[in-house]
Amino acid sequence: MATVIIPTPLRKFTNNNSKLAIQASSISEMIHHLTNDFPELKKHLLDANGKVPSFINIFVDDDDIRNLQQEQTVIKENSTVSIVPAIAGGAYRI
Amino acid sequence: MSQNKLILFLDRAIIEQLESAAAYNTDEVCGFLLGHEDKFVRTITRIIPVDNIAADKKDAFQIASKDYLKAERFADVNNLQLLGVYHSHPNCPAIPSEQDRLAAQPYFSYLILSVTDKKVTSIRSWSLNDSFQFDEDFLMSTNNINQHINGYRNYPNTAA
Repeated sequence: MATVIIPTPLRKFTNNNSKLAIQASSISEMIHHLTNDFPELKKHLLDANGKVPSFINIFVDDDDIRNLQQEQTVIKENSTVSIVPAIAGGAYRI
Repeated sequence: MSQNKLILFLDRAIIEQLESAAAYNTDEVCGFLLGHEDKFVRTITRIIPVDNIAADKKDAFQIASKDYLKAERFADVNNLQLLGVYHSHPNCPAIPSEQDRLAAQPYFSYLILSVTDKKVTSIRSWSLNDSFQFDEDFLMSTNNINQHINGYRNYPNTAA
């Protein structure tokens, strides 16, 4: 099973689990299992079009899936998948 | 749905570290807040400054994924919790922008330092509620609870 690292902001939706073992062969399958097991994750991991939103980055081992095959990126048994929230913002202009 | 207000404690040393990181920088500075959480009380014991990789650093901040992962690993190894993010607003109030809100993550406290004329003039902290809107945290100093620096008053004028 692949290991999925849950970032701190989303752990309240996974019963405070920081690591989960998920049987999946692709990122989309992994997200499907994850949001099935923890439905509250769905609004954070998928946008209205069913895609990973721009403010969430997903790495398979050290590689960003946006540089691979996006949601179709293959996961192996020993893969580590890290979900990384994009941390960004801008100044307040009146 | 009403939610309990978070209380964020910052001791004097942490405030000074934040001030020295932000005051003399005309760009937005940013970093992570680590510490411990007990129910609705968060005590910040460590900050980790990181590079701002935004294209326009004067009006925005962005933290690299590798720095996020490092901070999370550091927290795990040192038995700390990653509790939030700080960033500065040069010449702007310590109020989250719409850009801040759209990019905000649940759970995290977003501490904002307003900087004017090389001085931190206000520090306020915000957390996203279940409706994806910001609620203001109650900010206090651990050195002297009575010298609180909640966001409705200017800091450092009320925190000697």
